[in-house]
Amino acid sequence: MSTPTSAPATVAPAVSPSLWRPSGLISFLVIIAAMAGLPLVASTYMLTLMVPFFGFAIALLGFNLLFGYTGLLSFGHAMFLGIGAYAAAVMTSKLGVQSLELILLVAVAAAVVIAVPVGFLCVRYTRIFFGMLTLAFGMLFHSILFKFYGLTGGDQGMRVMRPLLFGMAFEGGKTAFITGPFYYYALGLLTLLGCAMWRIVRSPFGLHLTAIRENAQKAAYLGVTVSRMRLAAYVISGVYGAIGGVILAVTIGLADPEIVYWTQSGNLVFMAVLGGSGAFAGPVVGGLAFVLLQDTVMSATQYWRFVMGAVLVLIVIFFPRGIAGLFGDAFARLKRGS
Amino acid sequence: MTVFLDVLLGGVFHAAILFLVAAGLQLVFGVQKVINLACGSFYALGAYFGITAVGLASAAGFPAWTVLPVLILAGLAIGLVGLPVERILRTVYRRDESYQLLLTFGLLLMFQDVFRFFWGATPRTLDNAYLAYGTAEFMGLRVPTYNLLVIAASIAIAVALGAFLQKTRTGRIIRATAENRDMSEGLGVNSSRVFAAVFTVGCMLGTVGGALVVPASASSLEMAVELVVEAFAVVVIGGLGSMRGALAGALIVGLIRAAAIMVLPEAEILSIYLVVIAVLILRPAGLFGKAMA
Repeated sequence: MSTPTSAPATVAPAVSPSLWRPSGLISFLVIIAAMAGLPLVASTYMLTLMVPFFGFAIALLGFNLLFGYTGLLSFGHAMFLGIGAYAAAVMTSKLGVQSLELILLVAVAAAVVIAVPVGFLCVRYTRIFFGMLTLAFGMLFHSILFKFYGLTGGDQGMRVMRPLLFGMAFEGGKTAFITGPFYYYALGLLTLLGCAMWRIVRSPFGLHLTAIRENAQKAAYLGVTVSRMRLAAYVISGVYGAIGGVILAVTIGLADPEIVYWTQSGNLVFMAVLGGSGAFAGPVVGGLAFVLLQDTVMSATQYWRFVMGAVLVLIVIFFPRGIAGLFGDAFARLKRGS
Repeated sequence: MTVFLDVLLGGVFHAAILFLVAAGLQLVFGVQKVINLACGSFYALGAYFGITAVGLASAAGFPAWTVLPVLILAGLAIGLVGLPVERILRTVYRRDESYQLLLTFGLLLMFQDVFRFFWGATPRTLDNAYLAYGTAEFMGLRVPTYNLLVIAASIAIAVALGAFLQKTRTGRIIRATAENRDMSEGLGVNSSRVFAAVFTVGCMLGTVGGALVVPASASSLEMAVELVVEAFAVVVIGGLGSMRGALAGALIVGLIRAAAIMVLPEAEILSIYLVVIAVLILRPAGLFGKAMA
């Protein structure tokens, strides 16, 4: 390409590092603050939409550690949503354990137990092979949930009872519980896990992952144990996925195989790219945009899949850096203008 | 013995259909290096359009035995939808493969509602056509003649496709483009035309596969997403980009499925994925695939 030297050849706007831009953590905390204030102004219906968003946001934070930071595209990440959802279902309906903290602990443990061997096999591959292997494991999990009726309830799924929050039982209707105490519980969990993820991606471990994404060979030469780091990223992202799955299942009140189907994994990738996988808060923004967009389109037309698909196609073609990329450009322009 | 033959014939029939779709997937991956998740949509599109075409043909007074040629022609005709789809896909050829996957995932979602719009949500069937060809005696087993015809048609398509790619001038140009796009462009190949043609042929393989399956099973909104994972299993087992791999993979998946349905129905899908995972662990490039980074 012959570009005059006066104009930068990169597609990204030239932003010098000295310019102030909102950091990923600040963008994330702004969203959290908005969500914390939302019950004061928004309708109950809007709040019932936000709780699943918290679940997706937690899962997406983990998903993006793998996709955005490590450069591994998992097309079977819904498996971890399913692990969390079924952990909640088994604990509340079969074992009679109602404490949400215990459920979360069990979900995390189950995610680790499954993620370690699966990840061990998957992280030996990259690019499309990693995607296909994770897809195969996800569908393996789906077919177990779907076909072994006696164990999992098959396509009927399993009920998830209302859990106790910090040992406290809450009376009242389901909506009051979801939009009241559970709303803040899930939001608190999201905040906690978001800050933890911020620490992770800024730690030496996070830098190792970025180095692996950029050039795995060079990273290995510099002493990074590539496959061990990838495995750690996979396990952490799986744990986040399972926690997100618990939130989702409690909100729906049901764990069914649909949550693990490969199109659900596709939706997770959709959300991450919609928000922008290159930015820390991008996937969270994407999850929010996806939930709101899907709700709007679904109430407008029965052909909502067509609209969602078209949005995805347009995003991929014209805005591959997602909403966060658009915001970044706008900030850069603002700074240059002033 | 009859059980064994039953499994064999059922499996090979399923494999014949799977091979067509997987061959389309392989062709496009081999040349464009794009994994097309929308291959399942092409398959479903062929199925729905095939039902409509047969309905129109019988209304126009075509005799019952024309069902098979009508279905093949319908599949080929609707396969032309690959041309506009390729125009969309063209924008991301030089991008990261995650974007290519996502773009085709978006197309898959869009097609889902196209089917719902034109053909409704209830599954469509075409059973009277199945009986038009009667049944045949095959080593002491009664099988629908239609299944045997489809297996024969699939073999014929496989042979023709192989001969086309290996022996003809156009086939050589396609293989050269697959090997090195920039170099073949330097030698005067119009690669965007090659890409458009290859994608359309790949799409036609899918639509013909879908059209051929409707007399034997219903067409439904779920068939697209369900077939994608099976076609994926086929290409992973056989090796990405390899036609011989598509054939071997289709036979393995078809036979395993048929056997599992007979022996242990719960393990129908499970067994396929177990094989996929075993292959990926032992031979990551697949049975016939070239080793890739």
